[in-house]
Amino acid sequence: MGTWSIRAAPWLFTLALFVIWEAVCIVFKIPVFFLPPPTAIAKATVEFWPAIYRNSFITLWSTLLGFGMAVGFGLLLGLVVGWSRTIYAGLYPLMIGFNAIPKVAVVPILVLWFGIGFIPAVLTAFLISFFPIVVNVATGLATIEPELEDVLKALGASKLDIMRKVGIPRTLPYFFGSLKVAITLAFVGTVISESVASNNGIGNLMLQAQAQFQVPLIFAGLVALAVEGIVMYWLMAVLEARMTGWAQRSGFAQN
Amino acid sequence: MSFVTLENVSHAYGGKGTALAVENLSIAVEEGEFAAVVGPSGCGKSTLMKLATGLQFPFKGSVKVANDVVRQPVKIAGMAFQAPTLLPWRTTLENLLLPLEIVPPHRSNLRRNRREYVARAENLLKSVGLAGQSGKFPWELSGGMQQRTSLCRALIHEPKLLMLDEPFGALDAFTREELWCVIRDLHASRKITVILVTHDLREAVFLADRIFVMSSRPGRIVVERKIDIPRPRDLEVTFTAEFQDIVHELRGHIVKARQ
Repeated sequence: MGTWSIRAAPWLFTLALFVIWEAVCIVFKIPVFFLPPPTAIAKATVEFWPAIYRNSFITLWSTLLGFGMAVGFGLLLGLVVGWSRTIYAGLYPLMIGFNAIPKVAVVPILVLWFGIGFIPAVLTAFLISFFPIVVNVATGLATIEPELEDVLKALGASKLDIMRKVGIPRTLPYFFGSLKVAITLAFVGTVISESVASNNGIGNLMLQAQAQFQVPLIFAGLVALAVEGIVMYWLMAVLEARMTGWAQRSGFAQN
Repeated sequence: MSFVTLENVSHAYGGKGTALAVENLSIAVEEGEFAAVVGPSGCGKSTLMKLATGLQFPFKGSVKVANDVVRQPVKIAGMAFQAPTLLPWRTTLENLLLPLEIVPPHRSNLRRNRREYVARAENLLKSVGLAGQSGKFPWELSGGMQQRTSLCRALIHEPKLLMLDEPFGALDAFTREELWCVIRDLHASRKITVILVTHDLREAVFLADRIFVMSSRPGRIVVERKIDIPRPRDLEVTFTAEFQDIVHELRGHIVKARQ
């Protein structure tokens, strides 16, 4: 057992979900246009593969671009906010207010500025995903042990020294942890924008499928999104483990 | 001329007018001396440390270290605290090199003379009984070993002043006594000035040349006691009547200071 069961568990659980789903659809005779069984979704996926394939990549690129911007901007803003208490005090309420705005309400404004299509999708992904990165980076900096700061200051360390030697390295686990949240949010942002204001992407594909009452295709779009989300999340988790292995040695969740 | 001098120093963390941490505190520590500061908890011992290293500045009185008025962090001090505060992403060796990455002239020489600096760090580790541990990460070391590493980090840049703020407080009794001997030997071999803040009276008497007893908050020095037990001192000395008498006497002062 042991490692074998852990390795197999994700596949078995996923398989179990689909089997139960299929069984429920058959036993309760649920109509396909209400809730399609996984086999119908698979069939739709094969049938519409070129469209799903093309739109998946459009969604993926928009998401990755928006996410990339969020990483750059979030990291920078997090460092700035963590650097000075005054900036922290000034920006925090603004950021919280901004984060509270539903991003679907921002899409029309973006369309007004940039027209429909690729750019609003990228920007929505960016806007929705930078906040957790900022908060996490700032938290990492704010929780430097004061004693350690004293040790370094008594050596004549400048604020920049302390930032470089202690602040940034100790912030990395928070930063990489936040990437996992941010990448999933970025997908949400892209799809919101695509379904409101685009002629491309999985979001748009699902909207069109809905208009034509092709329910299995809607679900095929959802599955495509889920797969992309899982792959990206997994990549972020691998990156996190590689970059900050020192912070992950707890045996807490190892069984 | 004393090496570290505080004269009639008053300090309040919130600035003048707020609750005083220390009041009219005067203390003078000679070069090469081992001074211990004891007192009831919350009496401002740690404030004394911060004042003497230039991490805090008093609103009244003067602080001088090595003949200079302290206006910024002193840069000739090494510090160790109750918590080892090692960086978990660095190995023992890399943790030791940290001060050298900051203190001039080492910070500009470190890359070029890395081998010599590494040798220096390894020697220091050996002198505190940590030979062969340099590649380990802090979490792979026991509490006592982490604290030894922390002491080494405080000493690697060869500071003239070593400030210890209850460095053995979190250790078990046997490890603590072992580390007393480590500090004793480091002090003897390096002729370094040490200021040890503690509330363990046996520790103070065993290690120090002079003990300063502080009053409760706001702290000032109420008693100064010279310890004449000849050096080198062996742990056995802690079981002698003379030693116990001094501990008793100091205990009396602290009980009075608490009231």
